[in-house]
Amino acid sequence: MATQHSRYAARFMMAPAVILLLGWMLVPLTMTLWFSFRSYLPLRGGDQGFVGFENYVRFISSSAFWPAVITTLIIVGGVLAITVILGIVLALLLDQPMWGQGIVRILVIAPFFVMPTVSALVWKNMFMDPTNGLFAHLWKFFGATPVEWLSQASLPSIVLIVSWQWLPFATLILLTAVQSLDSEQLEAAEMDGAPYMKRFWFMILPHLSRAITIVILIQTIFLLSIFAEIFVTTGGAFGSRTLTYLIFQRVLESQNVGLGSAGGVYAIILANIVAIFLMRIVGKNLDA
Amino acid sequence: MARAVSNNRKALNTAIAWTIGIVIFFPILWTILTSFKTEAQAIADPPIFLFFDWTLENYSVVQERSNYMRFLWNSVFIAGGSTVLGVLIAIPAAWSMAFVPSRRTKDILLWMLSTKMLPAVGVLYPIYLIFIKLGILDSRIGLTIVIMLINLPIIVWMLYTYFKEIPGEILEAARMDGATLKEEILYVLTPMAIPGIASTLLLNFILAWNEAFWTLNLTAVKAAPLTAFIASYSSPEGLFFAKLSAASTMAIAPVLILGWFSQKQLVRGLTFGAVK
Repeated sequence: MATQHSRYAARFMMAPAVILLLGWMLVPLTMTLWFSFRSYLPLRGGDQGFVGFENYVRFISSSAFWPAVITTLIIVGGVLAITVILGIVLALLLDQPMWGQGIVRILVIAPFFVMPTVSALVWKNMFMDPTNGLFAHLWKFFGATPVEWLSQASLPSIVLIVSWQWLPFATLILLTAVQSLDSEQLEAAEMDGAPYMKRFWFMILPHLSRAITIVILIQTIFLLSIFAEIFVTTGGAFGSRTLTYLIFQRVLESQNVGLGSAGGVYAIILANIVAIFLMRIVGKNLDA
Repeated sequence: MARAVSNNRKALNTAIAWTIGIVIFFPILWTILTSFKTEAQAIADPPIFLFFDWTLENYSVVQERSNYMRFLWNSVFIAGGSTVLGVLIAIPAAWSMAFVPSRRTKDILLWMLSTKMLPAVGVLYPIYLIFIKLGILDSRIGLTIVIMLINLPIIVWMLYTYFKEIPGEILEAARMDGATLKEEILYVLTPMAIPGIASTLLLNFILAWNEAFWTLNLTAVKAAPLTAFIASYSSPEGLFFAKLSAASTMAIAPVLILGWFSQKQLVRGLTFGAVK
């Protein structure tokens, strides 16, 4: 049993981390909330006082808002669909006996460790460049006209880049889940003549459902705030402006801090809705 | 669920898996290969895969023109500094949560993780303003602190899960033998915790190295790390494929190598123990 003495010590040792994180959370959050209720334009007149909910209304009713919401949904949804489906396929494949399994695993996981600005730039120039990119060479080889990927098909291109970055994460987590599958049960089902698709639907997929939920929740939180990939490839042009990017532009590019802060509050609320579900699962696991 | 299968089946698996693996790895491989080409060969049509005149010229040009070493040093300083600082702050916190849990431990842990979910863009301007007021915009120290703070929840979490695995009986035995709290931590706990601490350092160094929101928004010239350096290749320099590739290869190589060692920690660190 812990003594009274060690309890005090414990509280004391926890203090630096708790205080730092509390400050990191509360100070900027309070400032964002404060700014969101004010008309604040640092380059055009500074702080012009309290305006109530005007920023919140203006942020939502601006012509850029709904396109940004749709762009965000397409990118997050597209990347989730691709990474989860391919992640399941890859996890099941990597679990099979094969030669050089370790090396294949490394090849598949590698993209996760590439910094976002590098992967965005490499894809943008060396693959998607309409004159010298590899895709352009490939299209010309088959007699097709090269596509100007990032202007004509900006969203699919960004979804491709971001999916490439996140597929390793989904695969690795799903692989961990696949490996905890009870092989005896599966073999028994196979002996009884259950075809692979049946085993997949009724045994493997239900077993993976928790891991899939977690991949979806964690990726959603990270994908909602992707930034570098858009900053480097399109700079928010060609219909690729997400909510995060819109807020960034309002705050730093057009220096409309009040409006941008209201957007920031929306983003925080949105992220928290996802986080609640994730925290519930994590919390249950802590008890176990 | 590995089990005995025929060699044919195994050969088929191998062929499919290797094909997919190489396709996924290809952009990285292509970048590395291109970094050794001349600019003309880099954009040759049809593309040249292996049979070009290998050259190291791009690497020296990148260093000369942009003072690559400075960006590298900034990255090392910021990623290394934030990780070490974070671990030093997190060790006592994780220790007390793992070994002297109270009713509130779980709530504190969950709350810490939830700060990780705060969207950076939501607090961009306040941080920017604080940085200007404190005069630490575009400084390595400022960035080190911010990146330490965004990774601190993951660091605490990872250390907590590692410390949890250390059997409490050993600590009790040490206490019975009259070890003080300091001795307990220094001589009993630390040796057993070193592998976990090392893994935590490794994964968080990688995360800090690749962080690309704050590094892009809070630096200009002086403190810019590699993420920002590469972003400056956006255009028109980005059209010099060989040089872009050389710069990219240098930026990702250290972390690619470290990453291979940290596959397992990735699951533990980024799923918050929800997948085991």
